[in-house]
Parts: sequence; C-alpha cells; structure tokens
Amino acid sequence: MISFNQVNKRYPGGYQALKNVSFNIAEGEMVFLTGHSGAGKSTLLKLVAAIERPNSGSVLVNNQNVGVLKGRALPYLRRNLGIIFQDHKLLFDRSVFDNVMLPLQICGFDHRESVKRVRAALDKVGLLDREKSHPIALSGGEQQRLCIARAIVNRPAILLADEPTGNLDADYARKIIAILKSFHQVGATLLISTHDSNVLSDTGVRVLALQHGELQPAPTGAVPT
Amino acid sequence: MMHTLTLHLGILRAALRHIFASPLAGALNIAVIGIALSLPAGMYTLLQNVQSTVDKISGTPQISLFMEMNVRTGDVDVLRKQLDQNLAIAGIEFVPRDRALEQLKHSTGLADVIAGLEKNPLPDAFIVHPKSGEARELEALRAELAKLPGVEQAQLDSAWAYKLEALLKFGRVAVLILAGLLSIALVAITFNTIRLQIITQREEIEVAKLIGATDSFIRRPFLYFGATQGLLGGIAAYLIVTAGLLLLNSPLAALAQLYASDFTLRPLSPGDSTTLLLFSMYLGWMGAWLSVARHLSRIEPR
Repeated sequence: MISFNQVNKRYPGGYQALKNVSFNIAEGEMVFLTGHSGAGKSTLLKLVAAIERPNSGSVLVNNQNVGVLKGRALPYLRRNLGIIFQDHKLLFDRSVFDNVMLPLQICGFDHRESVKRVRAALDKVGLLDREKSHPIALSGGEQQRLCIARAIVNRPAILLADEPTGNLDADYARKIIAILKSFHQVGATLLISTHDSNVLSDTGVRVLALQHGELQPAPTGAVPT
Repeated sequence: MMHTLTLHLGILRAALRHIFASPLAGALNIAVIGIALSLPAGMYTLLQNVQSTVDKISGTPQISLFMEMNVRTGDVDVLRKQLDQNLAIAGIEFVPRDRALEQLKHSTGLADVIAGLEKNPLPDAFIVHPKSGEARELEALRAELAKLPGVEQAQLDSAWAYKLEALLKFGRVAVLILAGLLSIALVAITFNTIRLQIITQREEIEVAKLIGATDSFIRRPFLYFGATQGLLGGIAAYLIVTAGLLLLNSPLAALAQLYASDFTLRPLSPGDSTTLLLFSMYLGWMGAWLSVARHLSRIEPR
C-alpha cells in the first residue's frame, strides 16, 4: 500500500531530513513511526501525501509514484488519504459539523448522504453532541478527535496521523489510539507517528524507528510482526 | 444535474454571504463600481437621446429656397422647370406663402403673435430634396440654387445636423475611452478585493488543498464573488443613471416648454441595460480570475 524505496529528502538549505529510507506497508496494516523530534517523522508522512517531494528514490502509494505526481493529480491522491495533522488544521470560522463536512463538499457528495456521513464520523469520535459548537470551544483532545472525524469521513483507504497523542494525558491518548485502532479493524491502512512511550508499549504493532533521518533495523520496546 | 446545480447555488450563496459579511465594505465596493460605470453609461444615454432627437428632426437633408417677396407666378413656373431639370435633385415641393403661414401657426404655438401681424411676412418657397446626402455636394448644390433668378436665399436645412453629428461622433469616442479606462479600474478593484479575500482565507485554502480540493473547486467561490459584485455594481450604475435622468427631466421639461417642445430624456433601453449588467458582471469575473490565477498558486500547504 505504501512503499518507500531508497528515499532521500533534503530541504533547501541543506538539511538532510531522510537518508536512504526503504520500507513496505501492506494493505490493512497498522504501523507506528517513532523517533526523537527532528528525526524525520513528519517529513516521511508529508512525502506520502505529496506535500513534500523526495530528492531521490521513489514513494509508492497504491502503486502510484507520488513523488512525480503532477499538480493536477494531487487532489485525487489526497482524497484517498485521511490525514490527522499535528496542528489539527481546523477551520475556526465554522462549526464542528461544517469542519467535518468540508472533505465531502470537496468531493462533491450529495448533501443528504453527506449529512449522514458527518454524523456517523462525529459519533465515532464521540463529538456528536458538539456538532454545533465551534472548534475554539473544544479542548485540545476534542480538537484532536474532530481532526480524526474529518480525516475519516471520506472513508479513506489510508490514514496518516502525525503525533495524534501529542500534548494529551495518557488516558486520553489511549482513547485516541483505540479510535484509530477501530479503523484498522475495518481494513484501513494506518501509519501513525508518535514518540509517546505509552502508545509504543502497545504490543502487536509494527514499529518503524527513525534516527537522524535513517531507519533503525531493531526498534526497542515493541514486537515486530 | 440537480445535484450540480445545488452545489453551485451553495457556492453562490456563500459568495453573497461574503459580500454582506462586512456590509459597509461590500456596499462601498459596489458603490465605487456603480459610480465608475454610471459615468460612461450616463454619457452614453445622453448621447443616445440627442442622437434620436437629431434623427427625428433632420431626417433626410433638404434645401429651402426662399423666393423674393415680389416674385410673380410666371417666375415661379420658370424656376420650377429649372429645378425639375436639375439632375442633382430628387424632388421638389412648392410651399406657397399662405400655407407656410398656416403651418407656422399650427406647429409652433405662435398663433397669437401671427394673428397680430398686418400682412404675411413669409415668402413663397421651394423645398428641394437632393439626391445626395453628402455634405460637400449638398453645399455645392445650395450655392448653385442660390444664384437662380428670383431666389432670395437658399438654406441647407440640416447643416446644423451634420455639425451635431460630427460632435456626437466625438462624444461617442470620448465615452468609449472613458468606458475603457473605468473598466480597467473596475477590474483592478475586483482584483484587489479578491486578493485580500485570498489572504484572509489562506488557512482555509491550505486545508482544502490538503484534503483534496482541486484548483477549480478553490477558484470557484472567488469567481462567483467577483461576478456577483460586478453585477451588483452594474445594477447600482443602472439605478444611478435612471435616477439622474429622472432628476434632469423635470427642469428639462420646463426648459423644453419654453421652446414649445415636449422633449424628455428617455432611460436606457432594455437592450442597453442588459449589456451594462452583463458587461459589469464579466468585468468582475475577469478581475477575480486574474487575481485568483496570480495569488492562488502561491499558496502551497507545508
């Protein structure tokens, strides 16, 4: 589903974010991406969504080389991805409901069908009773869940999550991971970046560990599958 | 089909909401566009009015030949034959002095004055319809006819109309130049409004791009906004022109009465009004399009 082959990414200015990274994630697999901050986790996720392009090597998503994708084709790639951003990227000028509605509007969904899907997504993350609120009125954890609802409302095959439990207490983090796991159980492919040791202690999930932009062969504290 | 229509109507509603989100700024923009467009549109309307009046009065050019006061019937017959043989003349019409006086009484409302006259001050006259409508040939014919015996004066009736026509042509070019310049101003106004909108909605555009919005999806609300603002500006211009004409009409009626005329300014024709609205809508659309093309590509999510 997601396949990196000898990927290098250097930012303008010379900072080498990823060095010779290669891995494969199968369809329906759930994978944690870990490493210290600045290790290249965010860069790796951005390469999957073609927000950044690799300098060399190939990034395949669904057998499509997204590194060389034309600008016009980008929207259609991203519609297959659900992205949970580290900084949420919520729109504060509209309600919770309208935030989740946005991806469906972009895809041109039928209005009545959209309303059902938005409610279902909000229900899934436990925000159904807050649909008329504005994001500003939500707590950090609720904003995170809203971001998840927006990412899944489109029923994407691949979910990318960048530090979904950052700044959340352990209890809340467990809830978020549980929500994400439920999508894994219905067949979605998940790539979740985190440096939260509580999350990583979760057994049975494969871990990709980055260090200074390089993939480490034997991650600690997790059982490879 | 219905579904697509609903989507577009939704975008249009959002565009209108944007205009009225800050009512004062929106109203000022529309007023600026309206005033800018009302100048050429108003001048055009005035020119159209003068033009139609000139057309009505002048019709085809004709030359009036006024006979000497003491002319005899025989002389008139001789002159008539000469005129009939002139190849430059399409037709003639003899107006005896008595009938001329009658016509004057009826057409100008000077009946009281005329009734007070001791004798008819008007001479016999021929109205000559020339074949050519060209100003120089008409003048040559007039000079030729003036030399005929028994003719006191030959007058080219529509000479003033030709001069006015030339003046109107000048006016039309001036209106075109003005319209062109103000159109550019209108495009610039929309360009800038849209630029500010793009800046304030930068975040929204970035997020939309990140979750798979195509460029045309992002562009559409701005284009609708530009077109709607242009259309509202066009409507404002139409209202300004119409109100201006109404205001001018009452003093004009008083003036026209002094000249025993019922001249009134007519408003923009339905065709011209539609053109005005479509044109201003198009200009708004174009301003928005230019702005979006220039500014949207610079917003790339990071």
